[in-house]
Amino acid sequence: MKREFLKSIHIPSSEITPEELYLSRRNFIKLGGAALAGAALAACAPDLLTAETASPTSVVSNSGIVDELGDPATSYDAITTYNNYYEFSTGKAEPARLAGNLTLSPWQVEVSGRINRPRTYSVDELLTAFTPEERVYRLRCVEGWSMVIPWTGFELGELIRQAEPAGSAKYVRFVTLSRPEEMPGQRSAMYPWPYTEGLRLDEALNPLTLIATGLYGKPMPAQNGAPLRLVVPWKYGFKSIKGIVKIELVEEQPETFWNRIAPDEYGFYSNVNPERPHPRWSQATERRIGENGRRDTQMFNGYADQVASLYAGMDLQKEY
Amino acid sequence: MRTVRSVPYGVIRAALHFSALLPLVVLVVRALRNDLTANPIQAATQATGDAALWLLTLSLACTPLSTLFRRSIFNRLRRPLGLYAFFYAALHVLMFVGVDYAFNLRQLADAFLEKRFLWVGAPAFLILLALAVTSFTYWMKRLGRKWKRLHRLVYLAALLVVAHNAWAVKGNLTTLQGDILQPLAFGMLILLLLAARLVRRSRRPAQPARRGIHHAPAPTPITTQAPDHG
Repeated sequence: MKREFLKSIHIPSSEITPEELYLSRRNFIKLGGAALAGAALAACAPDLLTAETASPTSVVSNSGIVDELGDPATSYDAITTYNNYYEFSTGKAEPARLAGNLTLSPWQVEVSGRINRPRTYSVDELLTAFTPEERVYRLRCVEGWSMVIPWTGFELGELIRQAEPAGSAKYVRFVTLSRPEEMPGQRSAMYPWPYTEGLRLDEALNPLTLIATGLYGKPMPAQNGAPLRLVVPWKYGFKSIKGIVKIELVEEQPETFWNRIAPDEYGFYSNVNPERPHPRWSQATERRIGENGRRDTQMFNGYADQVASLYAGMDLQKEY
Repeated sequence: MRTVRSVPYGVIRAALHFSALLPLVVLVVRALRNDLTANPIQAATQATGDAALWLLTLSLACTPLSTLFRRSIFNRLRRPLGLYAFFYAALHVLMFVGVDYAFNLRQLADAFLEKRFLWVGAPAFLILLALAVTSFTYWMKRLGRKWKRLHRLVYLAALLVVAHNAWAVKGNLTTLQGDILQPLAFGMLILLLLAARLVRRSRRPAQPARRGIHHAPAPTPITTQAPDHG
């Protein structure tokens, strides 16, 4: 069955060599063909099977929420059960299971560095000082998948302006909490904990840059970065640091977590750029969670109008 | 009845097939239950890849284990384990090429030009393919001594797979940072198994036929490829 399936599609021998699959004694190839067809069908069209399964949630929301391009928001269920949050685990499903261990309150955010008004906020103080609103943004992971997410948050620029950055402030540095007793992934020596990220000051002041405190109008789940996280929608998702405890205005370009691990892959800017290939994943295309085919990736994740001017004159192949 | 201790070989063989097919069954069940995360294609591709890597490593462990425990039962498991490894590798390739990229030749060509993990993954798969096809008695007779040399490529394939794994996830092999634990662990294990084979080869000159009901007289120490029916 597998053999017939393959022969029905012409594939040049440089891609696959179908005649070698002529393994007539392999009963389990036939079994595998049936299983593969089943798995592929199921993988491509999960909604077809929802009527028969125990958990009939689609990955695309039926709330009617869309991004500014008209694409539907990803479902709350998908957003909160598919997370890269290595502090908990490198698995995608595990952060949701382990997130209950994280103590979200009390939580202090230190705003410091080259500013005139350093201070520490509690989360409640942040929510009082700055008014969160709903923003529907695309999130494009460097791994090649993307979602549309209705965040609730306030502009980072408001917080920075209130802090009154000094003339010497050129960059903003962010730090995630360090709590290995609640976040088992942080016990691994293979990663340079704690997670740190950074933005150039003008990127941080851009109106798109959000400090997000909620999702779908509800409080941020821990696996998505509660109680507050950054959202920089024109950059790859790893720049949108979660679980922030420190926001520091600095003069030098800050080190970032993934850049320390693999400097040739994860640059400081990491703008979504289909023209700059990544050694591992295609950046020319992406899989929108819930869709069957891959779609072309847009420059700056479709936010070129709002942010392209920040990079005028820069060689984005070199400064990636 | 041929047995290992008191376990009939038929039972061992059934256990092998059951265990080797288990990852596939689990994958299909999870897919049908919508339990493959929000990105089922990535989950299925990684699951089949992991299964292939596990089975390949188990297959490589057979000969050292048979030496260690002086039980030729392990030799009989080597071929079916290797074939299952190829089976999962084939599913893995098909998931990537056929489902993820939907046979889009232009996108695949771009990917092949750019992606390190494909530069090592593709030759690894081709080696496994060649080994799977030639794993039968017909080929052993036809290739003679070359058969053994060909099948030593399994170690090269295994190391390419480790590099493929590291480069497909966020692992940095040079700094040993990032998602490096799985590829590193398998890499070290495979090197250990390779070392075990090389040490055994250098220590033991050609021996007369060993007693044992499971294989024909072995002309050289490494060759324990009896024309069996595993």
